[in-house]
Amino acid sequence: MFQKKTTEQIKAATRPSAQKKAGAFYNNPQIRAIFYQTLLVVGLLYFFYAIVNNTLTNMEASGIKSGFGFLSTAAGYDILMSLISFESTDTYLRVFIVGFLNTILVSAIGIFFATILGFIFGVAYFSKNWLIRTISTAYVEIFRNIPLLLQVFFWYFAVLAALPGPRDSLSFGEAIFLNVRGLFTPKLVGSDGSTLVYIALGIAVVGIFVLRSWAKKRQELTGQQFPLLWGSLGLVIGLPLLVALFTDLPFTVDYPALKGFSFKGGITIIPELMALSLALSVYGGAFIAEAVRAGIQSVPKGQSEAARSIGLKENKIMSLVVVPQAMRVIVPLLNSEYQSLVKNSTLAAAIGYPDLFNVFVGTALNQTGQAIETIFMTIIVYFILNMMISFLMNRFNNNVELTGR
Amino acid sequence: MKTLVKLTALACLAMGANASAGTLEDVQKQGYLNCGVSTGLAGFSQKDEKGEWSGLDVDVCRGIAAAVFGDATKVKYKGLTAKERFTALQSGEVDVLSRNTTWTNTRDVSLGLNFAGVVYYDGTGFMVNKKLGVKTATELDGANACIQAGTSTELAISDYFRENKMSYKAVTFDTADQTRAGFESGRCDFLTSDQSQLYSLRIGLSDPSAAIVLPEVISKEPLGPVVRQGDDQWFNIVKWVVNASIEGEAQGVTSANVDEMKEKGKPANKRLLGVEGELGKNMGLSADWAYNIIKQVGNYSESFERNVGMDSPLKISRGLNAQWNKGGILYSPAMR
Repeated sequence: MFQKKTTEQIKAATRPSAQKKAGAFYNNPQIRAIFYQTLLVVGLLYFFYAIVNNTLTNMEASGIKSGFGFLSTAAGYDILMSLISFESTDTYLRVFIVGFLNTILVSAIGIFFATILGFIFGVAYFSKNWLIRTISTAYVEIFRNIPLLLQVFFWYFAVLAALPGPRDSLSFGEAIFLNVRGLFTPKLVGSDGSTLVYIALGIAVVGIFVLRSWAKKRQELTGQQFPLLWGSLGLVIGLPLLVALFTDLPFTVDYPALKGFSFKGGITIIPELMALSLALSVYGGAFIAEAVRAGIQSVPKGQSEAARSIGLKENKIMSLVVVPQAMRVIVPLLNSEYQSLVKNSTLAAAIGYPDLFNVFVGTALNQTGQAIETIFMTIIVYFILNMMISFLMNRFNNNVELTGR
Repeated sequence: MKTLVKLTALACLAMGANASAGTLEDVQKQGYLNCGVSTGLAGFSQKDEKGEWSGLDVDVCRGIAAAVFGDATKVKYKGLTAKERFTALQSGEVDVLSRNTTWTNTRDVSLGLNFAGVVYYDGTGFMVNKKLGVKTATELDGANACIQAGTSTELAISDYFRENKMSYKAVTFDTADQTRAGFESGRCDFLTSDQSQLYSLRIGLSDPSAAIVLPEVISKEPLGPVVRQGDDQWFNIVKWVVNASIEGEAQGVTSANVDEMKEKGKPANKRLLGVEGELGKNMGLSADWAYNIIKQVGNYSESFERNVGMDSPLKISRGLNAQWNKGGILYSPAMR
């Protein structure tokens, strides 16, 4: 009761001048604000309406077909690689999805390896070993300063194209083959009972999280540490393996074999994917290494000195004291590196990796002639993809951020 | 570059700056023709070391410039990839697209474009490495194909393999050069494209004799210049520039004898060359429009032989591209 009164009193005290100065209504700042904001919104809406309307009128006048009807017609061309089944009789919508998945795939691979490379070389910069330090500097300087397109060409036309043809492939134990057509590896094909193994794998993954929180609690209570890395690895490998052994190994191995022109069976990793992933990882890694370096340098020297004075080993100082504090600087930088990596993946078109930009803005646009629709759809995809990265990284950033107490 | 072209197109469509009507006046005002050609395809449109463009497609541009300005050199060439070409034309970045482009229904009807004739009757073919030992295309089951993205070849090859219940992998590249590099590195077993292009890509290989072009031709690919829909006058001009060159050959008018023909030729020669009749005036051109084309660029036969025929490294025989009365299907509508 008492509280309510106070808030009302405060409101009354801070209420705009409406009651005090009973001037003309158009002098009321609130009404003015609303008026101008409405004017702006209406103006903007009209602006966009005019653009869209004008575009449609112009397209009709020049005889260009418009609309999204083309999405349900058959594409009539083939795509080199797709994560879902695709035939030339499938629709343009499916082309869109195939391209989208391929973009996600190459971006995910790129982000994963760029992060690893970046952290390794970023930390290596502070090594006491002259050679390691120099290699780190050389890596960053070389790959950061060469245009990405050139690097894509380098990996594709210079490195991977120099591999032998399918008939004289490099073979590793007659199971893995590497040639100019790509990397061919055996594939595990599950038979009856393999579901149990997958379930075991799922349980193991959940188990890791349980193990982690248990270990953390135990350490807080007793100070004892648990070898988390080995424990997790053992769990995720051991448990499925154990189940597999008990169920008489319900798997067969599908080996790649040379049939006709190329290898059939197994898993094929096309050179376009390899070249693009390599280029994106190595290039992105160089930038991330710089971000990591900046982050580590931002941690005051006193922090590692203090850690040393309480007797922590050098590698522990890095992983327990310096890097966690450096993350505050690194994470926002990582965010933009990841976003540029996703956008850079559109260079796929140059070497024929079938990403969204290549199969949709490239071929679909050309075959249908519907530039506006295809470009619009593609813009939306990259926009949403980058918004999602941004969202996740911001969440992550909140976790590592310095919490004011 | 690509994105730029496309964004320009979007911007133009949005702002309503679409120059559809009055292309002739626009071209005359700017003083040169903006002609869209390929980024480099031997025999059709290629730049030499001095920066001069030549080729069968380039000759169409030169012919239009000769008809409009009386000067075949008044052309600005814009090298376009297969993916960029239509957007560049739609947006008005080029006045005419002469870039070995196949006349298809979809392109003609739903892209807001008009095909102004055929300058080369082509078909999709295959080029394979000799080492492979393949004699016909039906032996290509399971092979990898190098293809240029955004071409009608992508569709033709898919149809062919489906028809013959064979499988293949399509490796698509952005430009003709990248496609050739892919083929040369062994990424694919065969390169597929319009036959004329195969010959032209083949002479660009480090060892042309290592590759052979298979006999099969699996689709119809009539190549010709394209203009924007909605400007009939300009459409007519481009159409009749192509016809004038074909008609020139049919009448036996060449760049060497054109002056003589103009004075002493038959009535048909005189009508073509503008001494009689008002063909040029009706199109908004000068009376000697066709004279200028033949004098400066040559008739179809001269252009063909010089760029892709026996006087060129490509050595393509006339085949379908001979006059109708010489075993081919070239036939100009009546020039009267």
